[in-house]
This record gives sequence, C-alpha cells and structure tokens, in this order.
Amino acid sequence: MTDPATGQPKITVRISDDAAALACGADAVAAAFVKAGCEVQRVSSWGMHWLEPLAEISGIGFGPITAADVPDILDGKGDAVCIGPVAAHPFITRQQRLTFARAGKTRPLSLEDYSATGGWDGLEKARSMGPQAIVQTVIDSGLRGRGGAGFPAGIKWRTVAAATGTQKYIVCNADEGDSGTFADRMVMEGDPFMLIEGMAIAAHAVGAGKGYVYIRSEYPHAIAKMQAAIAACRDRIAPFEIEVRVGAGAYVCGEETSLLNSLEGKRGEVRAKPPLPALQGLFGQPTVVNNVLTLAAVPWILSHGGAAYADYGMGRSLGTMPVQLAGNIKHGGLFEIAFGVTLGELVNDIGGGTASGRPVKAVQVGGPLGAYIPPEQFDLPFDYEAFAAADALIGHAGITVFDDTVQMAAMARFAMQFCAVESCGKCTPCRLGSTRGIETIDRIIAGENIADNVELIRDLSETMKFGSLCALGGFTPYPVMSAINHWPEDFGLPVRLAAE
Amino acid sequence: MEPILARHRATQDSLLPILHDVQAEFGHISEDAIRTIAEALNLTRAEVYGVVSFYHDFRSQPDPRPAIKICRAEACQARGIEALMPAIEAAAGARVRVETTYCLGLCSVGPAAMIGKDVHARLTEGSVGDLVNSL
Ligand SMILES: Cc1cc2nc3c(=O)[nH]c(=O)nc-3n(C[C@H](O)[C@H](O)[C@H](O)COP(=O)(O)O)c2cc1C
Ligand code: FES
Repeated sequence: MTDPATGQPKITVRISDDAAALACGADAVAAAFVKAGCEVQRVSSWGMHWLEPLAEISGIGFGPITAADVPDILDGKGDAVCIGPVAAHPFITRQQRLTFARAGKTRPLSLEDYSATGGWDGLEKARSMGPQAIVQTVIDSGLRGRGGAGFPAGIKWRTVAAATGTQKYIVCNADEGDSGTFADRMVMEGDPFMLIEGMAIAAHAVGAGKGYVYIRSEYPHAIAKMQAAIAACRDRIAPFEIEVRVGAGAYVCGEETSLLNSLEGKRGEVRAKPPLPALQGLFGQPTVVNNVLTLAAVPWILSHGGAAYADYGMGRSLGTMPVQLAGNIKHGGLFEIAFGVTLGELVNDIGGGTASGRPVKAVQVGGPLGAYIPPEQFDLPFDYEAFAAADALIGHAGITVFDDTVQMAAMARFAMQFCAVESCGKCTPCRLGSTRGIETIDRIIAGENIADNVELIRDLSETMKFGSLCALGGFTPYPVMSAINHWPEDFGLPVRLAAE
Repeated sequence: MEPILARHRATQDSLLPILHDVQAEFGHISEDAIRTIAEALNLTRAEVYGVVSFYHDFRSQPDPRPAIKICRAEACQARGIEALMPAIEAAAGARVRVETTYCLGLCSVGPAAMIGKDVHARLTEGSVGDLVNSL
C-alpha cells in the first residue's frame, strides 16, 4: 500500500487483536499507528504476553508499548522498547510449535493466510484416506485429550466410529474454566480455521454430520471470531455443519456430561457414566467430546503423519503441549513444547521466576483442581504418569506461579470455596463436603484444635475423592491436601508432620 | 419476547440461546418471560426456572446499575487482585455492581476485569478506580 499524500509505500505494522493484547491496550496502539499513516494488520498473538501490546515492523518487535511510544518508534528512536527480531526471541526459538505454528504470523480470519500456511492440508489428506485410516493415524500419534483426563483421542474416535446412531456429533469443549489457562482462547481467537479443520477431520473419521463448539460466555472475542470463521469456511467443510453455543457462567459445564446437558437446554448437572458419551452423548447419540487443543492438534497430525507427532514427547505422553505460564511470573504466556520438559525449566528458565522478583513459593498446575507443587519438586517432568505418581495433575497445562507472600491455608480454603460455588449439586460429597471443608479450614485458620481439624480435612478429602460423581468434587482434595502436606506451617502445624 | 422466540427453533436445546437473548435485551429473566418461554418450548415453568437458577449468568431480578466483572481466581490472586478489592468496593459504592468471575483467560496479565465485552488487564489501584468511575 502507498500513502496517497506522499506516494511513499506505507509502513506495515502488525499488532495482535487477541483478548490479552486488547486488555493491555492494543487498540489504542493500533489507532496511533494508523493516525501516523501506517498500515496496521491485526494478527494473532505470539504468546509473549509480558510484551503486549507488541508491535512488529519488518520483523522487528517493540513492546510493551503505549500510543505515546509510536512517534519515537517511527522516528527510529524506539531502542528502549525494541526487542529485536520477534521470531528470533529466545522465548520463541526454545519452543516446538506445532499447534501454535501460526501464532503471531497470520491474520486470524484470513482464509488466504490460512491456506498459504498449510491450512486445509490435513482435511484434504483425511478425505483422501478414509475413516479407518484417519482413526489409525490419530491412534498412532499418541494424542491424548488435552482437556484434563488425558484419554487417547484415537481410541475415543474409534468407539464413536463403530457406534450406531441416527446422527453423530462432534462437540468441541471450549469451556476453558481453569484459572491459569488461555490456550483454547488463543486458538479460537488466533487460528480459528485450524480448530474448524480439526473438527471436520473428526467428523469425517466418525461419520458425524453436525458439530458444536461450546464456548464460555467469558470469552466474547473467541465467540465472535469462531462465528465469523465458521461462516467464512462453510463450503469448505460441507456437508458437515458447525454451530457455536455459548455457556452461561458455570464452571462445571466444562465436565463433558454436564456440557451435553447444557447443550440440550438443561441444567448443567453431571450425568452418571456409563453410558459413555461416545455411545450415548448429545441427544442420546454417539458423540465425540474433545477439548479445543485436542482437535486443534489434528490437522498437523493428518498432514505430517501420526509417527511424526509421536516423535515428540516421552513415555506415554506424546507430542507437544501448549503450556500456559500464568500468575506471578515474569515471562507469562504460551509456551508449546514436547512433553518431558521439567517444571523448573518452565517456571525459572523460561518464565524467569516471579514477576514480583520475590522467591517462588508454590505453583498450581492444572487449574483449580490441580495440586500445589513446591520448588523442591521442580525436577518433575511434564508427563501424565510422572505427575500422577506425584499426586499432581497436568490437566489443561496451566501453571500458576505464586511468590512467598501467598498463604497456603487461604488457597486451600479457596479451593473448597470454589468447589462449593461451582458444584452442580447432584452429589453429596461435592456439594456438602466442600461446605464442611470451608468451615473446617476456617477453624484451622482461627487456630482451633488444629491437629484434629486437619485430620477431619483428610477424612473429608477421602470421601470427596472417592464418593463424588465427577472430578470437581473428586479432585478438589488435590489442591487442599497438597497445600497441607507441603506447607504444614501455613496451617499452624509443626513442619515435622509433613513427613508423615 | 416475540422477535427473540422467532429467532430460535422451538425445541428445548434452544433454551440457553433464548435465555441469553432475553438477559441481553431485558437485563434479567422475569416470571413473565419464563412463562412465555415455557409455553413456546413446551416445557414446564419449573423446568425453565430450574435452568435460569442453575447458571450464574442469568438473573431473575433486574439491576439497572452498571457492572464490572472482577476476576478473583487463583492466577489473578497471585497477581494481587485481593489487595485491590477494598479500592474497587470503595469506588463502586452502591452505584456500580461489582461481580466476581473466575477467570477471563487473561491469567498471564492479571489482575483482570471485564466491562460488557471489553477486557482490561494489569489493573492497579489507580487504573481500576478510573474504570469504575467511568461507568
Ligand atoms: C469440573 C470439570 C471441569 C472441566 N472443564 C473442562 C474444560 O473447561 N475444558 C475441557 O476441555 N475439559 C474439561 N473437563 C474435562 C472433560 O470432562 C472431558 O474430559 C474433556 O472435554 C474430554 O476431551 P479431551 O479428551 O479432548 O480432553 C472438565 C472436567 C471436570 C470434571
Ligand atoms: S485467573 Fe484471572 S484471568 Fe484467569
């Protein structure tokens, strides 16, 4: 583009329109560049959130900036906010971006950009190979569900493919309720066609005619982008159809059976399993329910092959994980890397420790139902089995960092409170156990019969763990008990009890 | 109500989309609205009421005050939201409704808030006070 006034080519500036960039003031920065005569392209976010708003001019990054920095940057006096070539930033070069390969590089709703960067290759390949071969490719890739439970995606697809029903469904779980996570949001806002392509491949593999993306209402930008993207590529995925459905502020609706009830227009109560949703899911029909990241990994797997994906990772945790660095961390953002990386590398080397500059006291991995982990365990590799063995979970791979000012008894209380607020109410251990839990932790914090009350929490945790219908009640004991076991002094217990 | 109902199929799976539209249009979901929806979808009023009461987004009472949603989930706690709450409450007073939400997906740049569809991050006592005052 040329500037009509000067006849000079306009300078092109790339700025993200992802919600994290917007929340940090990207629109004002974009407007300032437009006013200065530049051509502004709104692209996806590179995922270096501490640098947002980040402006990129001929590959060189400036961030974080405000509108006031714009004149200096255009005058070549932007050294103070210059980060050099964005693609060569160590935070980017250390990653293995398969799912986030386009992050920062393409305009989210541009079909042209999508096709030019390998978009639709996976779907074309899938259409040429037939359902059974697609399922086998996904099985070979070792891809496990990224929504939390880590169930092999290919096996789920095989079950749905073999099931009979008048209609089969692909349901994309975009409820992303876990604090410390935003990768689903970034996919939907930054690369929506990739998710649609993944759903279309799944539909082809299992014989589904209709798909839903269930997006939480807290994500208005993701909702808008997904709706626009679906409308833009309707012909490309036909006869398969996709509809966006919006949640209504219930965390438990991320649980797959609760989500299905919600889609059917009911209270989001958890259903007893069996029957599995794969056999009797939405409207009683065979249904694939997969997380955004699970489905978004599929186009790459189809176009590069299952074995190529399985080359990444360790043990039974294969491929890459888009890890989300959150909370009190210096370099927060999206870091995609093969399984096997240690927690310490992620938090300290890559994340740069805390944003406050104080020592790290605890990290919570896997959202509100995930365990709190102390720095002594930072050699733990990102691997489903290793985490399970340490009484922790990877979940949706959000890592929330806390510095030494955090009070772990308060965090344990919050975990119980969150469970009480968000319980669907269907089972007693979750609904009543969490309320008992709050009361008991309050007594501990007040210094009443601490040892007895801690014993009570242990018993209560066992009941919730084994008696709850779903992982909301079932996993709330993880943050609670990990807090007590690793930081007994925060509960007024002698440190010695920790070893027991 | 008529235009909203006309936009959706008259089946139970349209219930949440309909409730979202009613909430957006009228600011709450009244007894009358519940009755009309129940008739249109061939459900009982109790069934519709049960759904309205289950979801945090739906209000059964009107509240015309401007509102700000504050994230008070773990990652925003780690970034200091609790220390800002007294200032937020003070700025809001009775004039602005302060709603708690658990996570806006801005967990790397918190503390975070949302007003309508606008998102705000890296809140400080000053910036969040300005936001509340601007409502
Ligand atoms: C309380 C609760 C909340 C959940 N929230 C989510 C969520 O927000 N997103 C998600 O993908 N899975 C969530 N899950 C896991 C789902 O039940 C289910 O395992 C997942 O959608 C399956 O997809 P995947 O195999 O691709 O991970 C949640 C589970 C529970 C118990
Ligand atoms: S925890 Fe506040 S935005 Fe995620």
